[in-house]
Amino acid sequence: MAERERRMTPPFGGVFQARSEVLSADDMERALRRISHEIIERNHGLDGVVLIGLQTGGVWLAERLGQQLQDIEGITPPVGTLDVALYRDDIGLRPVLPEAATAIPVDLAGRIVVLVDDVLFTGRTIRAALDAITDFGRPRAVQLAVMVDRGHRELPIRPDFVGKNLPTRRDEAVDVHEHGVDLGEMVK
Amino acid sequence: MRHLLSIEDLGAAGINEILDLSDTFVEVSGRSIPKVPALRGKTVAWLFYEDSTRTRLSFETAAKRLSADTMNFGVSSSSVNKGEGLRDTVETITAMGVDAIVVRHASPGVPWQITRWTDACVINAGDGWHQHPTQALLDCYTLRQHFDSLEGRHIAIVGDIKHSRVARSDLLAFTMLGAEVTLVAPQTLLPPSLEGWPAKTSHDIDAVLPSADVVYLLRMQRERMHEALLPSLREYRAGYGLTLDRCALLADHALVMHPGPMNRGVEIDPEVADLDRSVVVEQVANGVAVRMAVLYLLLGSGVELTGGAR
Amino acid sequence: MSLVIKGGTLVDATGTRRGDVRIEGDTIAAVGDGLTADRTIDAGGCVVSPGFVDLHTHLRQPGREQAETIETGGRGAALGGFTAVVAMPNTDPCMDSAAVIREVIEWARTAPCDVFPTAAITVGRRGEALSPMAELAQLGVRIFTDDGDGVQDDRLMKRALEYSVGLTPFTGGQSVTLAQHCEVSVLSEGGSMHEGEWSSRLGIPGQPSEAEELMVMRDIALARATGARVHLQHLSTEGSVEMVRRAKAAGLAVTAEATTHHFTLTDACCADYDPVFKVHPPLRGDRDVDAVKAGLADGTIDAIATDHAPHTRDSKELPFDQAPPGMLGLETALALALTELDIPLETLIGLLTWRPARIAGIDDVHGGPLVAGHQANLCVFDPELEWQVAGAAMASRSENSPYEGRTVRGRARHTVLHGEVVVHDGEAQR
Repeated sequence: MAERERRMTPPFGGVFQARSEVLSADDMERALRRISHEIIERNHGLDGVVLIGLQTGGVWLAERLGQQLQDIEGITPPVGTLDVALYRDDIGLRPVLPEAATAIPVDLAGRIVVLVDDVLFTGRTIRAALDAITDFGRPRAVQLAVMVDRGHRELPIRPDFVGKNLPTRRDEAVDVHEHGVDLGEMVK
Repeated sequence: MRHLLSIEDLGAAGINEILDLSDTFVEVSGRSIPKVPALRGKTVAWLFYEDSTRTRLSFETAAKRLSADTMNFGVSSSSVNKGEGLRDTVETITAMGVDAIVVRHASPGVPWQITRWTDACVINAGDGWHQHPTQALLDCYTLRQHFDSLEGRHIAIVGDIKHSRVARSDLLAFTMLGAEVTLVAPQTLLPPSLEGWPAKTSHDIDAVLPSADVVYLLRMQRERMHEALLPSLREYRAGYGLTLDRCALLADHALVMHPGPMNRGVEIDPEVADLDRSVVVEQVANGVAVRMAVLYLLLGSGVELTGGAR
Repeated sequence: MSLVIKGGTLVDATGTRRGDVRIEGDTIAAVGDGLTADRTIDAGGCVVSPGFVDLHTHLRQPGREQAETIETGGRGAALGGFTAVVAMPNTDPCMDSAAVIREVIEWARTAPCDVFPTAAITVGRRGEALSPMAELAQLGVRIFTDDGDGVQDDRLMKRALEYSVGLTPFTGGQSVTLAQHCEVSVLSEGGSMHEGEWSSRLGIPGQPSEAEELMVMRDIALARATGARVHLQHLSTEGSVEMVRRAKAAGLAVTAEATTHHFTLTDACCADYDPVFKVHPPLRGDRDVDAVKAGLADGTIDAIATDHAPHTRDSKELPFDQAPPGMLGLETALALALTELDIPLETLIGLLTWRPARIAGIDDVHGGPLVAGHQANLCVFDPELEWQVAGAAMASRSENSPYEGRTVRGRARHTVLHGEVVVHDGEAQR
């Protein structure tokens, strides 16, 4: 779990304690490959596609997706990063981290932006990301890829590509890391 | 920490925290739409008792890029001219519901006094000869873009140290970050006592320049001549001005800095101001990002700023 | 009606002993054991001394009655154990004419403390022309001073001293004294605190020690040249104390006072930019504080003065360099002297009573001794009582005490003015 999420999830500053494995490393690899195919299928190739990983949990996933797309299509789409802390409506809960940089490698006007994040929960991060993206130009379309959709949406936002739909309780926590996905609790 | 009054309050950790965060705002400032909604709904009031177009514009740009509302308490055209006291003015602004007051005053200590009468954040934008913490931060940020670290670097601050809030702030900031500082000035322009100041002093700029990584020049004000602190500007330039000839004494990598506005031909030769080693324009550009970081940390981040002697 | 003060320790210029003091009318009738009277005041555990005499009080009337009046200042003085204060002339209008002096004397008639007005040396304290000194002396003025400012012009000061020597026909033979606020203004101009380590760090323009010392030096030279009586007000630097010590050793008619704040506070107090710590001359360094204490201990300095200088809250909320200088002192002087000075009680009481009374030319009425036939002006104080300073609780119209919140030791319990109990058990009676 990313440092910022760890600090900002109740009980603040707790430690994630895994209860069960949801996806293994292999499961996750397969999910990434499937999502890659879906992205290519949906957009009839990779023309104009830009991957934007959301700081901090979505960044490495966006890079992994980029590699998969390269393996499949022989083309690596541009991969960028976006920190939405400055756009959150719950500012103060998510401090800007100096190491969480925003780097948009190309002008987004007319592009198809695929936002990539690890966990889709309330939808507020994505709302902030949509605001932020607007400041970088007017994309033709914005799509959303997440490794886990855990429900509990507070806004009318839905993912386009999902690794795993995972029903959870609100007080549970989901940790997406290099070796898979775990479900558990934050413990202080 | 709720206010930014003195650079000393931040300590090295607090300074680094702000500088790290400034990177984020340099990136924001570079966007085609350099504006984020981070401080939407927050109000920042300018309370400038002393003219300073540069500093006020820099703060104003910073606040607007963060989507804060700003209001200018025009001191020269307002009730202050009708004899309103400092406390009444501050309480009036506070009652309007501002989140921060950025204050500039010719009298030292005014930002400290103001904190007693308001629950808004107070940011010191310069108090008399005393402090100008955001200037020190932007200077440190500019140096960090050129040097990995200030540890062991030698910085010469040259000019009217006695009357300079920039010198008082920068000396503390530079030394907290590990630099060694030499103050170069005629005796009349040094403070009466340097007890406890972490600096060496010199009256011989030519002896200091060869070992300097940075030469920081201060503005020489004409009114000093009337106070018999100097015989003439000509004599000052001869003894302490950074002339083109003197520049030859500097190491290749050495930088020239100035808080502006420059007196070309007095403390700095016109040609020197335009050399590649002069980073005066970078200082101005960085001022906006650093002030965004300060406003964001005090108003929007919800995290406690490190530091806190006070 | 008669009054007896029972069971106290009597301390005056003649020494220390136990005894009761019986007062009839405005006079001490008897001193001894087992005395009785119509009314008895308990002085058990207390010191009975002559009423204190302050050589340096700003009562602000006329002109700034919102900060203090003769009545409120006089009440504060009585609560502090004082029975006489010498009022400074920097009022508005200035105390430089017979008309204003007469007014002040008239207003002071009902004050719970005797008020002796000084008068300005120069007209309007402007340092240009001499005030009508003979006329003012005839009204009872015994100390002339431009306090608030020093007399800058060397020649004018020399003339004033020379002229003062010949005023005896107007005073019934008494000498007058010229008191100096020692400050060379061109050196201190624009300054708001002591020039040194702290002013350098705080960026507050400083007032150097030399600004005081050069005038001390000049006035000692002029005292030698003219033979006139010179009193140096609120000495604050090590150098000043040393010069006075040498002048006294040389037998010159030079006297000096030090304020309570100059032996209890230093320039470090200004670190938070609270203008309540702004005062002229400024709070100095540790060495200066030590020198002032040593000067009080060895007799170089003749008197503890308050330089009681009330200022309204608004004016002390101005920026440090714009706020007016001055601090309250009347109600805290005794406690600070007892708490901070390591000197014998008799010496301490001398600094507060008979020595300043002599300088003010009022020692026939104030300053003791506690013997039959003398005026009954006295103070009964508890030297051990601990209390906390609170500006708001003081009688003064202003609250600018630099000791706010400080716990100090020693407080006046009863003050007797011309036989009348004006303070009883710490409460002002009028």
